Amino acid sequence: MKKATFLPYLIWMIMFIVIPLILVLFYAFTVSTPEGYKLSLDNFKRFFEPVYLKVILRSLGLALVSTLICLVLGYPVAMIMAGNTFSRRDVLMLLFVVPMWMNFLLRTYAWLAILERNGILNIALSWLKLPSVNILYTNAAVVLGMVYNFLPFMVLPIYSVLRKIDKGVIEAAHDLGANPVGVFTKVILPLSVPGIVSGVTMVFMPALTTFIISRLLGGGQFTLIGNLIEQQFLVVGDWGFGSAISVIMIVFILLSMGIMSFFEDADKEKTLW
Amino acid sequence: MAENLVQLQGVSKVFDDTVALAEIDLYIRKNEFVTLLGPSGCGKTTTLRLIGGFEEPTSGTIWFNGEDISNVPSYKRQVNTIFQRYALFSHLNVYENIAFGLRIKKMPENVIKQKITKMLQLVNLEGYEKRDVDSLSGGQQQRVAIARALVNEPDLLLLDEPLAALDLKLRREMQQELKNMQKQLGITFVFVTHDQEEALSMSDTVVVMKDGKIQQIGTPEMIYNEPKNAFVADFIGESNIVDGIMRDDCLVEISGRLFECVDKGFGRDENVDVVIRPEDIVLTPADDAKLTGVVRSVTFLGVHYEMIIEGHDGINWLVHSTLKEPVGTTVGLSFAPFDIHIMKKENAS
Amino acid sequence: MVKFLKKCYVYLIFAFLYVPILVLMVYSFNDSRSRGTWGGFTLRWYVELFQDRAIMSSLYYTILIAVIASFVATVIGTLAALGIYNAKGFKKKLTMNLTYIPVLNPDIVTGISLMILFVFAKIQLGFVTLLLAHITFNIPYVVLSVLPKLRQLNKHLYEAALDLGATPNQAFWKVIIPEIMPGIITGFLLAFTLSIDDFVISFFTTGSGVSTLSITAYSMARRGINPKINALSTLMFLLVLVLLVIVNVRQEREEKKGKDGKNGSKARIGSPSPDRNDPQFGPDWL
Repeated sequence: MKKATFLPYLIWMIMFIVIPLILVLFYAFTVSTPEGYKLSLDNFKRFFEPVYLKVILRSLGLALVSTLICLVLGYPVAMIMAGNTFSRRDVLMLLFVVPMWMNFLLRTYAWLAILERNGILNIALSWLKLPSVNILYTNAAVVLGMVYNFLPFMVLPIYSVLRKIDKGVIEAAHDLGANPVGVFTKVILPLSVPGIVSGVTMVFMPALTTFIISRLLGGGQFTLIGNLIEQQFLVVGDWGFGSAISVIMIVFILLSMGIMSFFEDADKEKTLW
Repeated sequence: MAENLVQLQGVSKVFDDTVALAEIDLYIRKNEFVTLLGPSGCGKTTTLRLIGGFEEPTSGTIWFNGEDISNVPSYKRQVNTIFQRYALFSHLNVYENIAFGLRIKKMPENVIKQKITKMLQLVNLEGYEKRDVDSLSGGQQQRVAIARALVNEPDLLLLDEPLAALDLKLRREMQQELKNMQKQLGITFVFVTHDQEEALSMSDTVVVMKDGKIQQIGTPEMIYNEPKNAFVADFIGESNIVDGIMRDDCLVEISGRLFECVDKGFGRDENVDVVIRPEDIVLTPADDAKLTGVVRSVTFLGVHYEMIIEGHDGINWLVHSTLKEPVGTTVGLSFAPFDIHIMKKENAS
Repeated sequence: MVKFLKKCYVYLIFAFLYVPILVLMVYSFNDSRSRGTWGGFTLRWYVELFQDRAIMSSLYYTILIAVIASFVATVIGTLAALGIYNAKGFKKKLTMNLTYIPVLNPDIVTGISLMILFVFAKIQLGFVTLLLAHITFNIPYVVLSVLPKLRQLNKHLYEAALDLGATPNQAFWKVIIPEIMPGIITGFLLAFTLSIDDFVISFFTTGSGVSTLSITAYSMARRGINPKINALSTLMFLLVLVLLVIVNVRQEREEKKGKDGKNGSKARIGSPSPDRNDPQFGPDWL
């Protein structure tokens, strides 16, 4: 039992995780010249061209809006589920998670059938004698797809933090004279901050990096960072620029993780960088 | 008649199908230190939570200062609670924890500061204002919880097994301190515990509970010396509880021998429980004793020896004595009339 | 009244989550190509699905890769977990952090970085690269499933086995492995599910003629709605559902068995889990 049995793993991870990431860094920070590769920041400079800046701003914007909507929709769900409204809480939570286990692609695809011009939504609207809406291939559809796919990521961490709040603490606040509103704003909300932060990060990060949702629901013209990376590698073949965008994406993610770990309890023993 | 601060009238509490409290009547006088004592599940915590307003009674009325508060939510009651495991707000520091109730009442900042400084002195935590509550030891957290409750100057303080998480030495210290605080501040305390020693050493009045019913109410001395039934006798200190038959007023038959006692009013030949404390049994030479037995085991417990003595009819007697008798010897057992406590059999089961 | 409103709200959110899936399922039985009309019940799309050679070939690859990748990942991952559990200090920290990289990295970055590696190393993109990629993103989840079981292990168990006369080898196979078996199986099932579910990483690391179900569905979906995908979605959803039920039933039994003491690891696949590093969190980290 004392042998270093993690050696195969270590070697594997270095070969298939570490080296590839180094390669990404290499391509991001070099340009190919006739004399070979040269260290350069040109790939990053290109990023500040208006076309690409717009992409990153749109990505950040849509991710932010989706995260906000998830928070507003998700917090009450988490709170109701954590409370005693339902008796079979565990079953309900499981039901909540099951859709997450359906293929992401197919879940997104499902919205096509609902949102398209002759889709369910418009059929339903026409029954109700309401004007039809065409949101497919717009920002709204992309946000809808993100909210649909990532909502559980917001609810779960908030739910589990709320569940862990000692009931005594809430009673103590009541005992000290706080009415239900006061208990929420002064005790429950502050105590659930770690869950909110965790939920926000868990929605924001995948929303920022997705390229399927924008491709399927946003149509060809709605490019996000993810689509940009995909294009650079699979269509344009500019690995340098593609790698540079990936590096920037990683930086964003490390940043949001940094913010997150700032809020996280210090007593959690986790090795996170 | 002293004023009653709290009165429970025929209060019951039913959770789903289980009856936690069955028609309790109880009053608590001003400035009294009342302890609710009993094994877990006896309804003592439920009683406390009803007074605190965390539960509503299924039936019955709770009076507080002459007002019916049965359905008043806890945040509108002049009562504060010290919770099991303290329930401190981990997102606030020591100062802000104590300030919580005052802030809700919108007190001016300088008054809050003054009150908290005084409180921190009272609980010996000067200089801890800025500390994170999670960084405190159990005893310190306990003090913060006490300060947080007392700073609101409640008429009544409820304490739900507040010392259960502390180690023995700290427990003793805190018992003393709590008692002193109660005397000093003149606040009524209702204290819940399952530790009979704690109950006896701290309280003015002890309420012994079991299965949602009150078994006995009285001063610690009364409860110990005059237990009302076998359960109380057994729960408060160690006891020998044996079967007996009342042959006459002040005459009881135990193990086929007649003993003089001080209890009257039982039916002739009524089956009763006889309770005798282990320290009240005196060992005598076997020769001229009414009751004899063989020493089966001896354990040294510091102050005294604990012996198990098997009587002639197979009853095991627990005896505390400062003198040791070797295992296997036959000894005589005797007890004074006033040390024999006769109790009605609880439902003839 | 408040309770009623609360319930309504939660049911509304549930409807939001389930309606799209139900719509897909219903359409998969619709005997009409246009979605506007209900052309009657049919199983024709299912029949066509099974006659579609591209879909059948990608089904074959999906399962083949999932089986091999999750098996290899389970072996390497279990060994790794044992090693990490026994290691100390820097080595442990380094390996643990390596474990978190692919879990936290966006899939797209993992995907393109592996693609760069394979092209750089001049390995033909195809079955082999796809398999290597799947093993790579699977192993950490196995490690993260087995490690908690090891942490719950009584430290003296191994010594007790030696004390009773077992050789180190016997102690390992007869005591340690059976004790952590639930974690290993969980890890395997998790890896298998993730492998079947993956799209992004497969998308970047596959090549010539080798395709998984996700990739085939994607290329079909890009061309618009196709009733065959509806049928495929229905089948895949039911498959995942069955897997989830199996895992949960198994864990429930496990919990009942190990109710005493600390054995009651409550974490379940697909059930709420607080931790973003927890492998429980869905497969869709795009």
